[in-house]
Order: sequence, then C-alpha cells, then structure tokens
Amino acid sequence: MTKLLKDGTVTNDPWIHVADGDAVPESGPVIVTLARWQAEHNSLAGRADGLGIRLESGQSPEVIKDDLAHFAVVALAFPKFADGRAYSHARMLKDRLDYTGEVRAVGDVLRDQYRAMHRCGFDALEISGNHPADKLEADWRAALGELRHAYQPALRGPEPVLHQRHRAVAA
Amino acid sequence: MYRYDEFDHAMVKDRVEQFRGQIARRMAGEMTEEQFRPLRLQNGLYLQLHAYMLRVAIPYGQLNAVQMRKLAHIARTYDKGYGHFTTRQNIQYNWPKLSQVADILDELASVEMHAIQTSGNCIRNTTADQYAGVTADEIEDPRIYAEIIRQWSTFHPEFTFLPRKFKIAVSGAVGADRAAVRFHDIGLFIVKNDAGEVGFEVWVGGGLGRTPMIGKKIRGFVAKADLLAYLEAVLRVYNMLGRRDNMYKARVKILVHETGTEEFTRLVEKEFEDTQGGALDLPAAEIDRIADYFQPPAYEALSDDPPALTARRFEDKGFNNWVRVNVARHKVAGYAIANISLKPVGVPPGDVTADQMDAVADIAETFSLGGIRVTHEQNLVLPDVRQDQLYDLWLALREQGLADANLDHIGDMICCPGLDYCSLANARSIPIAERISQRFADLDRQYDIGELRLKISGCINACGHHHVGHIGILGVDRKDQEYYQITLGGAPGEDAAIGTKVGAAFSAAEIVDAVETVVNTYLALRQPKERFIDTFRRVGDAPFKESLYDKAA
Repeated sequence: MTKLLKDGTVTNDPWIHVADGDAVPESGPVIVTLARWQAEHNSLAGRADGLGIRLESGQSPEVIKDDLAHFAVVALAFPKFADGRAYSHARMLKDRLDYTGEVRAVGDVLRDQYRAMHRCGFDALEISGNHPADKLEADWRAALGELRHAYQPALRGPEPVLHQRHRAVAA
Repeated sequence: MYRYDEFDHAMVKDRVEQFRGQIARRMAGEMTEEQFRPLRLQNGLYLQLHAYMLRVAIPYGQLNAVQMRKLAHIARTYDKGYGHFTTRQNIQYNWPKLSQVADILDELASVEMHAIQTSGNCIRNTTADQYAGVTADEIEDPRIYAEIIRQWSTFHPEFTFLPRKFKIAVSGAVGADRAAVRFHDIGLFIVKNDAGEVGFEVWVGGGLGRTPMIGKKIRGFVAKADLLAYLEAVLRVYNMLGRRDNMYKARVKILVHETGTEEFTRLVEKEFEDTQGGALDLPAAEIDRIADYFQPPAYEALSDDPPALTARRFEDKGFNNWVRVNVARHKVAGYAIANISLKPVGVPPGDVTADQMDAVADIAETFSLGGIRVTHEQNLVLPDVRQDQLYDLWLALREQGLADANLDHIGDMICCPGLDYCSLANARSIPIAERISQRFADLDRQYDIGELRLKISGCINACGHHHVGHIGILGVDRKDQEYYQITLGGAPGEDAAIGTKVGAAFSAAEIVDAVETVVNTYLALRQPKERFIDTFRRVGDAPFKESLYDKAA
C-alpha cells in the first residue's frame, strides 16, 4: 500500500505508474519511464489527462531538459534510501531547469529523510507500508521541525543562518 | 577560538534531541538496524568489534581547557577512563553504552562540541593545520575557513547520502603542509594571486585506503566569496556521478581518475558557473565575524631565546632535547609552539587517560592561554607558550608522562586501533607499534636516525596512513595468520608521495627486525644530513629489498 504525502498532507494519488512492459491506459494521468518516453514520444506527448516521467537514480534530469513542459510530475526514484543522487537531481530540476511541476520521491523513502527531501525541492513523497495517514502527517511535521535552523541555503526550509546573521547589517 | 551564537547552540541541541528520538525509535523496533545505521554513523556512533564506539569531532583540531576537561569527564563517567585521539582531529571513546549516548552528546553540547558527521557517507569533520594562527609561514588562518565549511556542511540536505565519506582539509601555510592536504577528497591551500588577493587553490581526489592517490589540482584560485559555491559544485558533481555500484570505487578520487582531471574540472566549472554569485555567496561580513574569534591573543612584548631558556637548555640535556625536537617556532617573538607527544613507550599511540586530559587542561591554562590543538599525527599542541616558561611546562608535562621528546622520530608513529578494536581490521597494529617503540626506545638512537615517519595500519583501509609513511606497515591476514607488508618512501606533506611495497610480507615475529633492517640499511647509506626519505629518494628501494630479502635466502 502506497500513500502520497504531498506538501505534508496525505492525499489521493490519481497518478498511475506504468511499467515498460504494461499497456498505457487509455485515459487518466500516468507516469512513464524515460525509456518509454523516448520510444513513444509522439503518442505520449498528445495525452490529455496528464503525463509524468519517472527517472531512475542514475538518470539525470539533464536528459529531459527540453521536454519538461510535457510533464506535470517528475518522479525521482530512490532504489535504496542511501542512494542520494535524487537530492541533487531535485535541486537541478527546480534550481537550474526551472521546472515548476511536481517533483516526487518514489521508492525507499524514510521519515528521517523528509526534511532533506523537502529542502531539496521534493513536493511529494510516495510512502509504502501500512502507515495511517495521520501518523505520516505527524511524522512529516515532526521531521521538518526537528532542526529549527539551517546553515546552508537550499530550495526550501528556514532562512539560512548566515543570512539571518547579516540581514540586519545589510538592511 | 570560535564561540557558538544562538544559532550554533540551537543546531547542536536540536541534533541531540533528534538523535535521542532516533535511538528511542530504534530501541522500540520502529526502524531496522539498516535504517538506523546511517543515522547513527552521521552522529559518530559505530558498532565495533566489542562495543559501540563514539567519535567526537574536534573541528580543525582546536580545543580549550574547558572542553578538554569535559572530554576527561566523559572518559571517566561513560567510558573506561581514557580516550583515543585519531588521525582525523577527533577523539574516540571505545566503550559507551547506546542508552547513554544522547546524554554524552548533551554534555558535549554544553561545551560547544558534538559528534555530527564524524562518520557516514557525508562531509566529515573539516581538518586543518594544527599550527594555524601561530605559525609564521601562514598567509591566513585556515581555521576561519574550516569553521565556515563546518557550518555549510552541517546537515547539508543534498549531501548526507553521498556515494562515500568526504573529507576536506585546509592549510594556510606556505611551503609546509601539516594537514596532508593532497590526501583529502578536497584539499584547500590558502594562496595569494597575482593581484594580491587571498583565495584558495583547490585539490580534489586525494586519499589513502586500498587505492591511494595524490589529489589533482583543479583550480589555482577561488575567491573567498566563491568558496562555498565552488565546494558545492564539486560535491554536486560527485554526488551525481560518483560510483555507487562498488563501495571500494565510490570515493571522489576514483571519479576524478576515471573521468580524467580535465573533464572532471570542466563539469565542476559548469556547475560553479550556475551557482556562483547566488545564495551561496560568502559575505565578507561573515568572514570578518568568524575571523574576529580567531584574533591573536594579547601577546606580551618579549624577545626570542631568553637567557633563562638558554641556561636551562645548557644545564639539562633532557629538556634541551625536548625543546629541540618538540618545540616549534612561533610567529611572535618570545613565544613557542610546544608539541605533546602522545607516543610514550608502551602506550597505544593517541591514547590518553582522563587524568592526563585534566592535567593537559590545567597545563594549557597555566602555560598556553588555555589553548590546545589536536594533530592528525595523534599528538597534542600547546600553541602559545612563553619561551621563558618552557622549562616549567616541560616539568609539568614530565610529571604526567607526556614529555616524550620524539616528535617526527621513529617513536612518534601513527597507528590505527587495529584488530584489538576495529571490526574492519585484518591484523593487530597496537602491539606492533609497542614493540617497535620498545626496540627504538633509546632516544639517542632515535636522534641519530633523525626524522623518520613510521605509520602502521591494521588493514587496507589505511587509517594508520601507512601509504604516506617514510616506512609504512600494513597488516594483512593470510589463512588466519597476521602478516605485515612494508612500504617505503611515502610522505604526507608538501613533498607528498605514496610509498611502494618492497616485497613479501613479514610475520608478526619478524616485522620489528625487518623495520630495524630498513633503518640500518639507511644508516649505512646516508650522506651527511640526509633524512631517511632523502636517502630513499636518492638510492631507490633496491638496497632495502636486498637487505630485507637476500639475507633470508
């Protein structure tokens, strides 16, 4: 059972992941793999119900930088929670490639990573297991609040300590 | 030294409570050991052969007396009455109880210390020259930038699950590298450019372990304002492209090697171009704020070589030797930098008892304006000693068994904990170190041999830095027997070199004789004033091989 924790709230997830061997449903929003997107570019680009793409941790968003307008969701995979490539990929999508759609984490997502994911620009996390929604939301709030400050700038999170220290002086 | 403001205090406190919660969740079975492992490692908590081990950060090697007393208190209260200073400007406790770790961290937080990122696949404790701020050969004090890097790297959301650990070192000295800068993932030398501006020369991809490599220079000058943007560019490239299929090939040194220095540099520069001048810009005001904490103390107007010192040196040979060997020149006339060797005969290198830690704290207050440094050679330094008080200092150290005058000599060896403590080790290293120190216990003999850096690792991971020892010893396991390989010609500093293996390994029973053979070969070959390493570089390894192996045939 997978739940979608989006902006800290558990929501219904209308998106369906379509594996490479499976047929793409006629309608409804779907998330396809990079291989599929590259192979079926023309038919997928015309879908009316929303298209998302899933990138494995070794696939850089650079590869789809010219296609980003087609995707309402970019799902970045965590094959293992300890594979941290997607943190950089999320930042690249939002910082560099100015992607404005949803960046979601899929795969091995742990509570102790919520804060770092949020700070790196993830909007939504797919969380597997039988956790009640209210527990997931409580965990999210707790994880984000565990550290009051941040030393370094990132996409989100508290204003970096360094800026707080010098804001008064600069004003 | 740097003093925490409200933000720094809150950070460390929050981390203690966060970790307390993580321990509780682990103990309640809410997370698996596999999930807990990276979290505890990022807080310096290992599971070793016999027990947990806690590694406490000593950022850029700087301590004050109050902190040293706290380390003693922790050793006494939560451990077995001693601590172990490592080659990474850390202190390790070998026997803490998991249930008490959060309390230990709380105690550390009360004196502005922590165990954050002393392990794990994240940016580790940033190290620096132990003579920072007091040595005459310095462009700027590297501690300022090490502190800035400490803060930037602490809980960096993007870089806490890197392919492997990541180590940064900073040196500000010209012509002397006491921080082994070229053997770090990123090594920074503070330099001046042609316009007279101070910035950083950047080396990437150095390291020891099973694939030892000297770092590659990827940039001659990075402006101060760009320091963090440039570091972040290197880290981002590494995080995205570093290998994760094989942990032995995951360090940035492999990436640089496989990508090629030129291409790696191009990728970093591209990344840097995009981030430069943005939110990572390091304001001069922040550099100034931090630099203020590292202002030199109010030194008195004194002159070098006061008569009292000269007389004492003349009268007391032991004292004279200690001054000659363990004391270094200070940038201010009348002051000295005094090294405390933690390598007395018969004690594991780097080990200090709680009582000795308390004594060093007292001694630092009496003789060194309260300051203490920890070196990557597993020694301590008193950075601000009046020359006319060196004799009293020496007497006080001698009373604690801390006046060994063997700095940079064969007795002053680096040695990892080895099979006695470490779950990775293949062989014991501490007993070998002890036997070598006993064999060469005679100081006159050590002085005759002169500067000789001997380093011992109990396994290929090279925590004992054997690759950069003039003489390196590597413990290996062959069919459950401990053997020891000898490498020769390594050097960690400004003349950085990786040693070469001379031949077949020696048994535990043979290794000390083998070291003596190497030393005797050098003594027979050396020219006047030639150090071991100089002779080795002149004659190569052939004569050493001959004396080590032909004799046995």
